Amino acid sequence: MNWLTEYVRPKIRTLFALSSVPDNLWRQCPSCQQMLFHRDLTANLKVCSHCGHHMRADSTERLDWTFDENTYTRIELPRPVADPLRFRDTKRYADRLKDAREKTHTEDAITVAHGTIGGQKAVVAVMEFNFIGGSMGAAVGDAIVAAARLAVLQHVPLIIFTASGGARMQEGAISLMQMPRTVIATRMVKDAGLPFIVVLTDPTTGGVTASFAMLGDIQIAEPGAMIGFAGARVIEQTVREKLPEGFQRAEYLLEHGIIDMVVKRTEMQATLARVIGLLMQQEPKAAA
Amino acid sequence: MSEPDGINIADEVVRLISVADRQLRTTYSRLTPWQKTQVARHPDRPKAKDYIEKLITDFTPLAGDRAFADDAAVLGGMGRFRGRPVMVLGTEKGTDTESRVKHNFGMARPEGYRKARRLIELAGRFKLPILTFIDTAGAFPGIEAEARGQAEAIARSIEACLEAPVPVIATIIGEGGSGGAIALAAGDIVLMLEHAVYSVISPEGCASILWRDATQASVAAEALRLTAEDLLRLKLIDQIVPEPLGGAQRDKTATLYAVGLAIQEALSNLNGTDAATLRQRRREKFLAMGRETIG
Ligand SMILES: [Zn+2]
Repeated sequence: MNWLTEYVRPKIRTLFALSSVPDNLWRQCPSCQQMLFHRDLTANLKVCSHCGHHMRADSTERLDWTFDENTYTRIELPRPVADPLRFRDTKRYADRLKDAREKTHTEDAITVAHGTIGGQKAVVAVMEFNFIGGSMGAAVGDAIVAAARLAVLQHVPLIIFTASGGARMQEGAISLMQMPRTVIATRMVKDAGLPFIVVLTDPTTGGVTASFAMLGDIQIAEPGAMIGFAGARVIEQTVREKLPEGFQRAEYLLEHGIIDMVVKRTEMQATLARVIGLLMQQEPKAAA
Repeated sequence: MSEPDGINIADEVVRLISVADRQLRTTYSRLTPWQKTQVARHPDRPKAKDYIEKLITDFTPLAGDRAFADDAAVLGGMGRFRGRPVMVLGTEKGTDTESRVKHNFGMARPEGYRKARRLIELAGRFKLPILTFIDTAGAFPGIEAEARGQAEAIARSIEACLEAPVPVIATIIGEGGSGGAIALAAGDIVLMLEHAVYSVISPEGCASILWRDATQASVAAEALRLTAEDLLRLKLIDQIVPEPLGGAQRDKTATLYAVGLAIQEALSNLNGTDAATLRQRRREKFLAMGRETIG
């Protein structure tokens, strides 16, 4: 319906841009700028029906989309020392944590749950980008270790959906040590003969990429996700070159042999069910 | 050597030297974290190459990742430490313009971390303890580095350290910069020189992100708790190696000697520990991190 998109939609856009678009009604696609009806967008797992852009999702949406019949059990996570360095930049870290908790309704930048995918048991950890940029401090590290232990205990695969700007700077070198700590978690799962599957979502960079997020037995990414070690700006400043088209996008990583596959969100659950079935030598049920 | 007015020059010189020493001692005992960062980056500080030359005999360099290239930012090879065969790895910054360019200022590319992993695995097969010397601003941020999987290379290098069936003794000799440093520092015993720094991000980088102002680097350095003393208090490193008066750059011989002694002691502490126990204790050590605080 071109007439609608070309003539009617822009008017709606202008109209609503002045006030605020009610969250529950319309959303604008950040990629193609089209206005999308919220109900349709939700039904399409927050993928733009016009351009296929995968919008960012929160951890609850991820868990809903991943487990059978939106059913799963969240586990209580360890609560490490809050603000170990008494860090303060332009704002106290303690206040940043408080604000992030209020905003996201999660304790830190990760949630862990268990349930079934295509009838097969699995432990799933999901990072929350809205929580201080999904940054990894002791809480995230502890949660990943807890998720790994649970997977080993239940003898099921571990799946981690990543979304992170990297290390939690406000925890200094403690955040750096989450790199070896989470690598140990991946080894626990692998040593138990269980699959460790990583789903890289937009964006995943820094210390998260350079630790557990690149050690999956199977590496999956969502279309268009930004995935890399160094930030694009830092690279540009260092090499003084223009970055190539599509640099650090999921498709670029696929082309360079860094990941196994790029999977659309609407096919993610079925793909995970199939992969688990193959590696665990079992027959998945049709995912619901 | 007495002067007509009765002042003994020799005595006076001794007195002045001791005053200067005292002032130097005071200055160096009160270095701020940002000043320590400057000392840690001092161009005259002993580099990985110096440690290898002084502490390792029969050094036999080994090159390449077997896939793409040899990365001169990561020195690697076998040799003998106090007569005992070991594997050595070090990030090398270089000492003059030519060598700095050659070693890419100590910033490794994926090939460097893949060489490290290869040599760690080789050391494991032949039961050679692994000594690493870390001095890097961080892993190289470049287009090709990303295209060849910088993140994966670092992750696998950390994994190789953690999985090694032999002792891994890591020494932070200057700058311990983020992922590029931990890639070679996930060891059984982590030593750190008194004025070295070890951080998740450079003070400048942290300042420009959190304060949106790179000139706030000294404030960021303070907040990041990147000194050896802080890291020991947080139990993220195992031991501080004292530096000579005025910093490692003032007396290389004394520095190399002190590090050699600390490594010898660390190795003898791990002597006879079997592979499974080593690996298990190493895991437990890292998993226990993060319980300490700085109030
Ligand atoms: Zn769109």
